[in-house]
Amino acid sequence: MAEIQLKQVAKRFGEAWAVKPMDLTIHHGEFVALLGPSGCGKTTTLRMISGLEAVTGGRIYIDGKDVTWLSASQRDIAFVFQFFALYPQMTVRQNIVFPLESQGMKRAEIKRRLAEVVKMLRIEHLLGRRPGALSGGDKQRVALARSLVRRPACFLMDEPLGALDAEFREAMRAEIKRLHLAQNATTVYVTHDQVEAMAMGDRIVVMSAAVVQQVGTPAQVYHNPANLFVANFIGSPGMNLVPGKYADGVVHLHGGSTYSVPETWKPTLATTLHGDDVIVGFRPEAARVSNQGAVRATLYGADLHGSYTMLHVNLNGELRGLGAVSSEAGEDEIVHLRARREVVHTMGAQIQFDLAPELVRFFDPTTEAALVREVRA
Amino acid sequence: MSHITLQSITKRFGAVTALNGVSFDVQDAELFVLLGPTGAGKTTTLRAIAGLTKPDAGSVLFDDESVDAFSPADRDVAFVFQQYSLYPTMSVYDNLAFPLRSPMRRLPEAEIKKRVTDTAETLRIAHLLQRKTAKLSGGEMQRVSIGRAIVRRPRAYLMDEPLSNLDAKLREALRVELAHLQRSQGSTTLFVTHDQIEALTMADRIGVLNHGQIVQIGTPEDIYDRPATTFVAQLVGSPKINLLDARCDGDTLCLTGSDLRLHRSTVSGNGENLPEQFILGVRPEDVWPHPEGIFAGDVVLTEPLGVESLVHIQVGEQTIVSTMPGISDLKRGEQTRFNIVRERLHFFGAVSGERFQA
Repeated sequence: MAEIQLKQVAKRFGEAWAVKPMDLTIHHGEFVALLGPSGCGKTTTLRMISGLEAVTGGRIYIDGKDVTWLSASQRDIAFVFQFFALYPQMTVRQNIVFPLESQGMKRAEIKRRLAEVVKMLRIEHLLGRRPGALSGGDKQRVALARSLVRRPACFLMDEPLGALDAEFREAMRAEIKRLHLAQNATTVYVTHDQVEAMAMGDRIVVMSAAVVQQVGTPAQVYHNPANLFVANFIGSPGMNLVPGKYADGVVHLHGGSTYSVPETWKPTLATTLHGDDVIVGFRPEAARVSNQGAVRATLYGADLHGSYTMLHVNLNGELRGLGAVSSEAGEDEIVHLRARREVVHTMGAQIQFDLAPELVRFFDPTTEAALVREVRA
Repeated sequence: MSHITLQSITKRFGAVTALNGVSFDVQDAELFVLLGPTGAGKTTTLRAIAGLTKPDAGSVLFDDESVDAFSPADRDVAFVFQQYSLYPTMSVYDNLAFPLRSPMRRLPEAEIKKRVTDTAETLRIAHLLQRKTAKLSGGEMQRVSIGRAIVRRPRAYLMDEPLSNLDAKLREALRVELAHLQRSQGSTTLFVTHDQIEALTMADRIGVLNHGQIVQIGTPEDIYDRPATTFVAQLVGSPKINLLDARCDGDTLCLTGSDLRLHRSTVSGNGENLPEQFILGVRPEDVWPHPEGIFAGDVVLTEPLGVESLVHIQVGEQTIVSTMPGISDLKRGEQTRFNIVRERLHFFGAVSGERFQA
C-alpha cells in the first residue's frame, strides 16, 4: 500500500499544456480512476506518477517521500497497459515469474507467489501455453498476474480493458475490482469509459482539456457534477441540459414550457445567477411521465434497453445548441427520459413530464459551473 | 422501397463455411438488424445482398424477384460503411452530388441541387455544404456518408457497423437519429452490428447470426425476453444475464453448489419438461435485493453505475449479479437478502444450450 501525493504537478509540451498544475492525494489502498476523453491529460498524469514522463512543474510524493526525480524502477510501482506486452517466446509461467527471477528472488518464494496469483486469476491451466495461443481476456489475466506477483505498493493501469471485446470487458472489470479488494494495493486507473470509472473507482478524477474538472465519489460526480462538462460526460446518456430563462421562481424553458423551481433552490437561483440565463439539468430517471406533467414535449423516438425504455423527446422543436457542451451539431437537442417498458409510445406523440425535485440541478451558462445550494444550519 | 428475401444462402471460402443456409427477409420499410460477434458472417451476408459476393448456393430476392443474375449496380442498394470513404478534397455538396452525377444516372443539376439540399436538411448538415470533408468531425463525416446513400433514393440501405468508429456519446446520439430517420422515411434497411444495444434500441426485428447460421429472429422484446439459446441470452443485455448451473431434485429446483431452492410449481412456464441437469437464466434486473427476501448471499462486489448499481452476490459456489436502482451502499462481505422474479426465469439445456419452451 502507498499514499501518492501530487502537488501542483504539471506537464507542458512546448507551448501546449498536457496537464495544467493539479493537486491530488490518493490514499492508502484507494482505487482512483482518471477519466476523460482522449487528449485530456489523464495518461500523461499516470506516466508522471510512474516516472516514465518527467514533470514540467510540481512535486510527486509516495508515502511522503519526494520521488519527483526518481526513475520508474525506483518507485515500487507496477504498470499494466492496454496492450498486453507479454514475451511471445516464453510460456505463461515464464512470463509471470520473469520479474521475480530478474530480482534474484529465492525459488521457493517464487513458487509460492506463482501458485497464489494463478489461483486468484484462475489461469492454472494456462501455465504451459504461449501467449499466442491465448484469448484476449486470458492474455490480460497473464499480464495482470505478472504485475501482481511482484506485490508492488501501487498499481498504475492504462486502459487495461481497452483492447478487449465488450463481452470480456464487463467480466474483467469485475475481476480487477475484486483483485483490488482482496489485495488493497493503491491503484490509479486510466480510462475514457465512464462506466468503468463509475463501476471501479472509489473516487473519480474527471479531466478535460488538461484540467481537472472534478474529483469525487461515483455518487458525487453522478448526482452533483461540478460543471456542464462532467454532467454531460458522466452517464449514458449524459445529463439532460436544457437552457432557459429564470424569472420569479420559474424557468421558461426553450420550447415554451415553464418549469417551477423547487422552493429549496429559489434563493440560490435568485442570488447566484449572473443574468437570467440558466441551464436546468436532470438525469433521464428524474423525469416522471404523466398527463399532468408541466413540461411538454414531442416524441422523437423510443427504444428498448432491455429492462426499460428510453424516450427521446424534443421540447417542441425549439431546443437548439448548448454552446460549449455541444461539440457536434445537434447532439444535445434531444432530451432523454427513462420510462417503464410496458408503456408504448409512437413517434410524434405529445408527452408531458415532471421532474423529481430532489434530482434537479442548475448550471450558470456563463461560467458553465453548477449552482451550489447553500445549506442552512 | 423494396423488400428483400434471402433463401438458404451458403458461402464457402476454401474450407471455411462463412454462411450456412442463411434465410430471412427484410420487409418493406423495416429496420432489420443483423447482430453477431466478429466473424459470424454479417458482412458476407451484406455483400451477398449487394451482389459483391456470389453465394455458392441460395437466392437473393428483391420484391419476390430473383436478383442473382444482377450486377451490383443493377441491384440499386446503397452501402454505408464503418469507414467514411468520402472524397477529402471535395466539398460536402460535391460528395453528396457525386452519386447523382455518375454516368448511370446523370440527373440534371437542378434536380441534383434539390436532392442534395433536401438530404442535407434532413441530416442537419446544411450549414456544412461548402466545407471540404477533411475539415469535418467524425460525426459530421458519418452524416455525410449516410447522406450520400440517401440522396440516391435506392431500393434499400445496407449499413455495415456505421457507428462503430464514433465515440460513445456521439454513437448514442446518432443511433437515435438514424432510427428516427429510418422511421420517418420508411426506408428498407439492413443494419449490421456486433453491439447489442444498437440492435435492441434500433431494430424492428433482429436476426442473431453465429458461425454463419441464423440462431434466432424476432423483435427486440422476443430476443431479450425469450432468447432461443444461452448464446443469444448472453449476447443481449448489459449487464449480462446470470446463467447458473442447476438441477431438479424431485419437485425442487436447486442451484448447484448452493442452498438456493425453488419449488417447481412456483416458477414460470412449467418446470415439467426440465431434465435433471439444466441452466437457469436470470436477468440481473429480476434479482431484487429486499430485506425480507427469501434468499440470502454475501456481497462480493458492488459496481455503482449511476442510475443503478450492480451487486455481485455469492450464493454457495455461484455468483449472481443483481441490478439495484441508485448508488448502492452495500459493502463487500455484507449479507444481503433477495427475491427472484419467478415469472421471468429462463431454462436452457445444460449441453445443448437451447431454451426449454414453456
